[in-house]
Amino acid sequence: MIDTSTPLGRFWAGFRENPVAVAALTMVAAIVLVAVAAPLIAPQDPYDLGGLSLLDARRPPGHVGSGGYVHLLGTDAQGRDLLSAILYGLRISVQIGLLAGGVALAIGASLGVTAAYAGGIVETLVMRIVDLQLSFPAILLALVLVALLGQGKAQLVTALVAAQYAYFARTAYGAATAERRKDYIEAATATPLSRARVVFRHLLPNCMPPLIVVATVQIANSIALEATLSFLGLGLPVTEPSLGMLISNGFVYMMSGRYWISVYPGVALIVLIVAINLVGDQVRDQLNPRLHR
Amino acid sequence: MNAPLLEVEGLRTHFFTRAGVVKAVDGVSFALAPGEILGLVGESGSGKSVTGFSLLGLIDPPGRIVDGSVRLEGEELVGMPTRALRRLRGRRIAMVFQDPMMTLNPVLSIGTQMSLAIRAHDAVSDKAARERSAAVLARVGIPDARARLDAFPHEFSGGMRQRVAIAIAMAHSPAVIVADEPTTALDVSIQAQILFEMRELARESGTALVWISHDLATVSSLAERILVMYAGRIVEEGATATVLRDPRHPYTRGLLDSLPATAEPGRPLNQIPGTTPSLLALPPGCPFAPRCAHASGSCREDPPRRAAAGRAYRCHHPLERVA
Amino acid sequence: MAGYVIQRCLQAVVVMFVMSVIVFVGVYAIGNPMEVLIPLDAPQDVRELIIARFGLDRPLWEQYLVFIGNVAQGDFGRSFVYATPVLDLILSRLPATLELTLAAVFGATFIGVPLGIWAGYRPDAVSSKTIMGLSILGFSVPTFWVGLILILTFAVSLGWLPAGGRGPTVTVFGIEWSFLTPEGLSHLLLPAVNLSLFKLAMMIRLARAGTREVLLTDTIKFARAAGLSEGTIVMRHVLKLIAVPIVTVFGLELGSTLAFAVVTETIFSWPGLGKLIIDSITSLDRPVMVAYLILVALLFVTINLVIDLTYAALDPRISRGAAS
Repeated sequence: MIDTSTPLGRFWAGFRENPVAVAALTMVAAIVLVAVAAPLIAPQDPYDLGGLSLLDARRPPGHVGSGGYVHLLGTDAQGRDLLSAILYGLRISVQIGLLAGGVALAIGASLGVTAAYAGGIVETLVMRIVDLQLSFPAILLALVLVALLGQGKAQLVTALVAAQYAYFARTAYGAATAERRKDYIEAATATPLSRARVVFRHLLPNCMPPLIVVATVQIANSIALEATLSFLGLGLPVTEPSLGMLISNGFVYMMSGRYWISVYPGVALIVLIVAINLVGDQVRDQLNPRLHR
Repeated sequence: MNAPLLEVEGLRTHFFTRAGVVKAVDGVSFALAPGEILGLVGESGSGKSVTGFSLLGLIDPPGRIVDGSVRLEGEELVGMPTRALRRLRGRRIAMVFQDPMMTLNPVLSIGTQMSLAIRAHDAVSDKAARERSAAVLARVGIPDARARLDAFPHEFSGGMRQRVAIAIAMAHSPAVIVADEPTTALDVSIQAQILFEMRELARESGTALVWISHDLATVSSLAERILVMYAGRIVEEGATATVLRDPRHPYTRGLLDSLPATAEPGRPLNQIPGTTPSLLALPPGCPFAPRCAHASGSCREDPPRRAAAGRAYRCHHPLERVA
Repeated sequence: MAGYVIQRCLQAVVVMFVMSVIVFVGVYAIGNPMEVLIPLDAPQDVRELIIARFGLDRPLWEQYLVFIGNVAQGDFGRSFVYATPVLDLILSRLPATLELTLAAVFGATFIGVPLGIWAGYRPDAVSSKTIMGLSILGFSVPTFWVGLILILTFAVSLGWLPAGGRGPTVTVFGIEWSFLTPEGLSHLLLPAVNLSLFKLAMMIRLARAGTREVLLTDTIKFARAAGLSEGTIVMRHVLKLIAVPIVTVFGLELGSTLAFAVVTETIFSWPGLGKLIIDSITSLDRPVMVAYLILVALLFVTINLVIDLTYAALDPRISRGAAS
């Protein structure tokens, strides 16, 4: 039995009513688990270029490779076991998604809440920049930054954060301006607490529900964005193939019927993104008070 | 008494929410004569507005009319196909809502909204619809009506907006207008004006009014007969003067005593103790019993409707006539 | 209204100035263009000559002033790579992208808005749930993946449509268009569908959310009480009430797609702006990048301006409120 006396308990009780959302959440949990455990469960280390044999390249699913084991999902152009490459690729996707989403959340939410609380010139300046950036497509910014910063995981995350923090800032600002007018913030301001403490201990936690919704969506967006950049050849280095790059590499062979090199990584990527978005959709519906009658 | 224009019998409208079934209207019966002004009084949450919406079949899910009958000019409205019901709405039975800020569409001009209402029932040209709109607007007291057809709702004051809403309701000279607290959201000075005008309009066109209000004072100045509603039921009904002078139900008495006009200056107003009960899990028996000074063991059973000499009430312990 | 227009236009000019500084400094402060421009074995005097010719020896602020002065005369400089005026390069690629964008955004709006209104009007119907399920898919699946599947299905397996290129074009008003011939239309179809799916999903969700909220308002209840037919209520009341966010997104999407159809253009080898910017990024062709980014900024500032002014026209409360 679920304890519906706490907000979390009530939330979970509502969440359980949607079987699609529960299935999606289970799927997300399973993928994260598999991604974390990739080095333990993958049949092959896809980063170990010495272990690859070109004799095994572009083999269909079920091929028994020179390593002696069955390539369940076939192999790619370098002779990598696709299943292993996909597991490692998911690991990268989850890593990048959480990292970029988390940092963007921290930076964006702090900026938004501070702007709302500080008011005046800070508010105008921060929100003008944020609004301006929001009118720009995120992928354009990410692309230019990646091009300027160069390739690598840190650069990629930086670009993704720069492209996405504005969504969090806007959301936090909106929630905080509404929250700020309420009595408890007035009360907290009257006590000898530092301003930072009021902002981060009192204001920020109460802006969390809409931020959580945005965070779910943005994690999915980070993953999709990373895959797109990698597909365009601007993402991670070739030695660490992410899902986007696996798909990109397989594109050429797709025309000649060797579909699996692109299709299986693509399926993995889409299942991950769709599952996160389905969870996000349910969270949004539940946290939107205007739809509750 | 004329043949009834509107007959409501055993009306029950329930809302099927996640928390349970809310019996907002639970067995309401009354009749309305042509041209009559009937007051429907109760606190918020008594089911008076839901009763009003039920008359027009405007109950949105999760609500539903589960039982009873609403007959307008002999036609049964409950269970009538939506299409047929739509042809009656606005033409034979219309409604005016509480807040004119919320009812008019902010992005359509007054003239467009009037024309849409007129052309909903009459196949007339756009030009003819505008002519008629201007005429109706002039009738409800909008100065320079023709010129204001192109104005938008935000360019009107609250009172003027409510006049537009009334004009839309009057556009087809319906037999009945259900007015759901149409003056509550307005300034006090405007309230009396609208009240007076609506009574005059109803008189001129022979339209009957069901005037819903929480304000006994307003209703008593307007209605010929009143119904007092509590927890989804009618607890007392009769001619306005009789009910006000000589209430039988303790709840009606409580409402009367809480009116500022009846209080002695300088003394606090008399309030009814307790609050309106939740309609989610109403215990059997008289719903007012927990707040009633006269309650006894017999109140655990439903009080029967007692009718005599043009009035009726539902109480085990009716108040005696004050000498 | 006039005061409001002037105020918004001034704002737009300030924003453009700030954007041009950010773009210029951002692009020129990072990386060294010499590596691209000058052969490694070039003698020192040739090096200096080239550096002086491109004005790269002067301080950044001076370079910026020269640049802005030239831009004011319509000169964005020459491409390092193509050695042609940047503006010509960009303008030559614009029509292809414009055509693709208009097809995708209009298609998405005219299909997505009715579907979304339906899904919001009957939220519990099976058809509505199907529409919403598909919209989540359209929202989630990356564009490049949809492109691959479209090519695999319609070009490779079925052979119904070409896999890439623009096909023959017809020149009208000095601009080349594909959609005027059946052959050109067949080339346009797949990329346009690819580009529109995300926007389609967005329009559906936007229209649905708006419709659901609007339907709960007293405005709609009052319209029903007046006996308006459901068709009239949806076409006249609901559509007008949800129009503001839809027009906004329409404008922003038109802008972002125009600026950035890079993924679709790459997959379908569509000779538009997206492909140009990808190429200039990989070859560090600074003048093209700067000109492109500034034009994109100009585009967005203009779109925002137009949207704000359209708002004012659509919602009479905004403009007349500001004027009074």
